[in-house]
Amino acid sequence: MSRTAENYRGYNFAYLDEQTKRMIRRAILKAIAIPGYQVPFASREMPMPYGWGTGGVQVTAAILGPSDVLKVIDQGADDTTNAVSIRQFFEKTAGVETTTETEKATVIQTRHRIPEAKLQGHQVLVYQVPIPEPLRFLEPRETETRTLHALAEYGLMHVRLYEDIAQHGHIAKTYAYPVLVADRYVMDPSPIPKFDNPKMDDCAALQLFGAGREKRIYAIPPYTKVVSLDFEDHPFEATKFEQPCALCGATDSYLDEVITDDQGGRMFVCSDTHHCETRRCEGHVGHLGMPVTEAAE
Amino acid sequence: MSLAGFPNPVLDQQAAFRAVMQALSEPGCIVQAGALAGEGSPLGPVARAIALSLLDFEVRFSLSSSLADAEGDITFHTGSRLASRLDEAEFAFVDLRQDVLDLGSFAQGTPEYPDRSTTVILRVESLTGGPSLKIRGPGIRGTRELNIPGLPTDFALQWAANAARSPLGVDLIFVTNEAVLGLPRSTRILPEAR
Repeated sequence: MSRTAENYRGYNFAYLDEQTKRMIRRAILKAIAIPGYQVPFASREMPMPYGWGTGGVQVTAAILGPSDVLKVIDQGADDTTNAVSIRQFFEKTAGVETTTETEKATVIQTRHRIPEAKLQGHQVLVYQVPIPEPLRFLEPRETETRTLHALAEYGLMHVRLYEDIAQHGHIAKTYAYPVLVADRYVMDPSPIPKFDNPKMDDCAALQLFGAGREKRIYAIPPYTKVVSLDFEDHPFEATKFEQPCALCGATDSYLDEVITDDQGGRMFVCSDTHHCETRRCEGHVGHLGMPVTEAAE
Repeated sequence: MSLAGFPNPVLDQQAAFRAVMQALSEPGCIVQAGALAGEGSPLGPVARAIALSLLDFEVRFSLSSSLADAEGDITFHTGSRLASRLDEAEFAFVDLRQDVLDLGSFAQGTPEYPDRSTTVILRVESLTGGPSLKIRGPGIRGTRELNIPGLPTDFALQWAANAARSPLGVDLIFVTNEAVLGLPRSTRILPEAR
């Protein structure tokens, strides 16, 4: 507590007031008890704009304790604006230890990726969610989507996926790919690439989702069945890459395309910066990378 | 008689909540309570800590008959009020050692809002040494064993009825004097293999 006071005089631990935390905590407990169901909550204004992770920040603030170690990623990277500013926000307001190492973190707040390293049982993954309702673009009325969820009536979503097959010959959705949680609720996994969908299934860590503007919290408890929607003759397939990471040579990670010049030059590198760094430190070198020791000299 | 609140409300509430969060994410696991509050309350130190951590003026609670004396204490510390009916309470406190349990009497939620249901906090003597029940569901890798002694004889039946209402239904948090154990509505008790 004294550490908090030193770090940020005038603010409560982890910024939010206690009544707000209690309200969010109650919503989190309901979300865990009803996997995949979107629990309404009284989302507060945060000192950052909607779309920058206000939902995730509120969930993190409500669960965070002084002994937690926090990691924040934005599209897999620890060093982009959103990740850096949220990490500093909690360093200041909660005085918690932060890290970029996936293995060391107890709470990981993420925007649009699941880390490559396998998550452990003591960890909590907090997603920032822009639009929590998977049926929203198919049915704009909240009263209707609520009824559809109540009846477990998800035909619309299957028609949507089928139309992809009719038009493109395959399901063309590559991110925010809908999943069925614990055989009951269809859920939007936030815009993570569908590459990450299989990691949600039977995951050892607790997964919490916070949508600040839309005022919804939902969850996937550890070891819960999460199935990406598909058809028998068009089974779900995770994205595969034709080339390895240019820096670390990884063939099993999600890659970002980086434009390197105006002549059409490009390279593909790991989106998970910690994963890429770890591999390079272990001596893996991609075709455009250089050994870590040389680079340091 | 008035009892003290948490010595360090901010961190104690967080610790009490995290234990409950872990208990509900890993049903059937015995989790050390994050914080204790007040030896003298009929609720016991763990249930009282949960009350101080999760209740406020936005929610109502109910008390089983042997816990009736705790009303003033909870209201004073949290601002939460006693519900006039069982199915209007967001949180219910039941002493399973003395009082009867009827899960159907609590709020079950609605099909559109299954979250509008009661979370029932059950005080028991111990979480180990009772007859074994196998449970399965989200949060459980494979199956897990539940060994809570002193459960009502019709508990498995009541829980099956609760499961039949899924995704509606109540969530249970068992507490002793030092630990919590969660049983969310998503957990199923498996029939005994014979």
